[in-house]
Amino acid sequence: MDYTIKVGGAAGQGIQTIGFTLSKVFSRYGYDLFSYQDYESRVRGGHNFYQIRFADSKVLCPREPVDILVALDAASIPLHSGELSDVGFAIYDSEDIKETHKGRRYIDVPMSRMALEQGGSKIMANTAACGAVMGMMGMKVELLQDVLATTLKRKETLESNIKVARAGYEFGNTNCPECSFRPAGQASAKMTIEGNEAIAFGAIASGCKFYSAYPMTPSTGILTFMAGHAERHGIVVEQAEDEVAAINMALGASFAGVRAMTGTSGGGFALMVEGISLAGMTETPVVMVLAQRPGPATGFPTRTEQSDLLFGLFAGHGEFPRAVFAPGSPEQAFKLVSKAFDITEKYQVPVIILTDQHLADSAWSLDGIDLDHFKYTDYRLRGAEFAGLTEYKRHAFTESGVSPLAVPGEGPHVVVTDSDEHDEEGHIVEDAETRTLMVDKRYFKKLPHVKIEIEPPLLYGAEEPEVVLVGWGSNYGVMREAVDSLGADNRIAMMHFSELYPFPEAGRAKFMGTLEKARMAICIENNASGRFASLMRMETGFKFERAIHKYDGRPFTLEGLLEEINGHLSGVKRTKAGMVPGVR
Amino acid sequence: MVTLAELKGQKPAWCPGCGNFGILTAFRKAVVEEGWEPWQFTIVSGIGQAGKFPHYTMCNTFNGLHGRTLPVATAIRLANHEMPVAAFAGDGDCYGEGGNHLLAAIRRNVNVKLFVHDNQVYGLTKGQPSPTSLVGMKTPVTPSGVTEREFNPVSAAIAMGCGFVARGYAGDTGQLSELMKASFRYRGFSLLDIFQPCVSFNKLNTYDWYKQRCYHLEEDYDPSDFDAAFERSREFGDRIPTGILYRKEQETYEDRQPVLAGQAPLVKRVGKPSGLEKTVEEFA
Repeated sequence: MDYTIKVGGAAGQGIQTIGFTLSKVFSRYGYDLFSYQDYESRVRGGHNFYQIRFADSKVLCPREPVDILVALDAASIPLHSGELSDVGFAIYDSEDIKETHKGRRYIDVPMSRMALEQGGSKIMANTAACGAVMGMMGMKVELLQDVLATTLKRKETLESNIKVARAGYEFGNTNCPECSFRPAGQASAKMTIEGNEAIAFGAIASGCKFYSAYPMTPSTGILTFMAGHAERHGIVVEQAEDEVAAINMALGASFAGVRAMTGTSGGGFALMVEGISLAGMTETPVVMVLAQRPGPATGFPTRTEQSDLLFGLFAGHGEFPRAVFAPGSPEQAFKLVSKAFDITEKYQVPVIILTDQHLADSAWSLDGIDLDHFKYTDYRLRGAEFAGLTEYKRHAFTESGVSPLAVPGEGPHVVVTDSDEHDEEGHIVEDAETRTLMVDKRYFKKLPHVKIEIEPPLLYGAEEPEVVLVGWGSNYGVMREAVDSLGADNRIAMMHFSELYPFPEAGRAKFMGTLEKARMAICIENNASGRFASLMRMETGFKFERAIHKYDGRPFTLEGLLEEINGHLSGVKRTKAGMVPGVR
Repeated sequence: MVTLAELKGQKPAWCPGCGNFGILTAFRKAVVEEGWEPWQFTIVSGIGQAGKFPHYTMCNTFNGLHGRTLPVATAIRLANHEMPVAAFAGDGDCYGEGGNHLLAAIRRNVNVKLFVHDNQVYGLTKGQPSPTSLVGMKTPVTPSGVTEREFNPVSAAIAMGCGFVARGYAGDTGQLSELMKASFRYRGFSLLDIFQPCVSFNKLNTYDWYKQRCYHLEEDYDPSDFDAAFERSREFGDRIPTGILYRKEQETYEDRQPVLAGQAPLVKRVGKPSGLEKTVEEFA
């Protein structure tokens, strides 16, 4: 069993409500789930969709065939009917979209009428839609009631919605005699989490106490989650006046003694560039989330791309170490955000978490969250330990290059740092000798220690693969499922990089050996020019002969990626046109 | 008790006769009178001759980037709202490069003390016009004179409802020191704009120029009268008033922020937070 529901409509029609509710229902049913969102940069109108895939085995990416299309607007039908699977149906409300569709695959569900008659408010048509889907699927309506009970707090609202849900359920269950869906039985309930929530929760569980950001899609969900949980967990969340302020605030809070993070997308990160350099010079710990979207400039504000890898890697004037991580799933997000805080605090180098709209806005099912996975080590000099020192120099030379990081005000010594080149105490200097020693300390001494922490890429699939799919970040799920699909007929494996920089030293002989021995290594990226392939070549000299690039702002689907991979496997290679239109 | 000698820092790299020396003298005196040990307060500075200020006294210091004193100072205060935090910036730093941060800081009303070394010119980059340079002033990049109207920081701050707005003069360290102390004691964001002659690059606004114009606000002047304060803040010609132009007690950010109000500073609450299990349940 592996089904996909698609909810299409205009912005403001409640697509997210339906998508979120059904996702939660399926996870609680015990299914494995992957949902993603496709939306335009507008508050009302246009065309958006929310696509939910659920199965009784692991699902990690979107598929193209749609089993139930919930068409909330007229446009959804011509746009998505072609995606209906062999067993697929579309539901719509002819009173709402003012048109009727003939054919056994189109079911007219009077959602608005049910909402008005049973619930008293037209907005509950969304609940009717959820009920209808459950009815068509032949699942238990009680689970939908449970989910409604957690999202709707007012008793009357809840009761009306339950009536509407039941009406929708009855209609769907009795008016689709040809529906042949056979959902697997109920299993133990799972949780549902979105990428941005996983990043934010990971930060909170890692002891982040300060988050400053300026709203920018697709990073805003982190800001919202942090703000919504600030009081419970004792976190100051501040919406800064701009991204320049956001990074400088994070650095100020960190200097004062608490774990701090900021988050943005490419355009905002551009404004933060002076700040990452400041973090490097002042050796102030900070975690920065760079949630990518297609550029250049404003680009596609609500869509996905992996084009800022080298930007994140090289952003900031001057030379200083940093780490760059790119999680590909909520579990990886937990682990890497926790590791980001550990590394930034331990070595006092900035750490960037690179995500994208596809990771940020997608939802996964989870068996649970193990809080013990979030380790917390306080590397700072505080209280009695700091007070007991006879002297203190913020940028003292040490063997590791890491100077003790004291909390100002907690000991009888001043803590001084400077964006100018400085001496051990943190005061401005001009001399060549100190400059050289400081660069050695900040860069050459610390970098090898950071490198040791970096784990090799994840290998999944055949032991000695003939074909290796290489990728990073949010392509984890689709590559893994591609390996599962092709594994029966091919010796194929995935090599997924989530700790991108410093480029992994550990296990390098093994993973480079795998690549060199393979008949075919294909680098798969959601960008036009192969940013990771460039990094790979820069760090290892390895040149990918084959690549699959997608830069239309949409994520890879399993079918789309398989088609591209099969093209390579069967020897069909796409050639690029040499013509340059528009250039005289 | 901290002494003046203990507040002596690195040897200043300012020009001989620089107005900044007066600000340093006034500040040291104010800190001694407040009884703050060097490690008990923090100064955030930016770039320019004012940016060097904290190095020349003794204090916790974050000497950050040009224009960015206020975001850093704000966040230090939010992470540790028991720590006195002051920001020292120049007119170019604060009114030019960091203008947006000034507007936001006034709106936020976090208890940060802003001291602006206002010499009406760019010193460190050698004589370009600043936002407070007078119209017509000739500089290497405005050979026919500055064309933009000058920014009036005190009027702007009063108009925005900043609860403590004052003007001082580096040549009058007695009054300046008192203004600094009053600023320290005010609960909330405060702006103290300090006239500071640049002996190298501003040949127009000299010690004599300020001396002829600056006068103390009258003893019976009422700084709580918004309309009067705004009117006096616009007096900028043959005579310029110094002193506290506007003063009003108002709720601070720290008072309104539920995570901070009446609670220990964040810096005393580090570690993994409590309540995580409850948040995990929300994903169920």
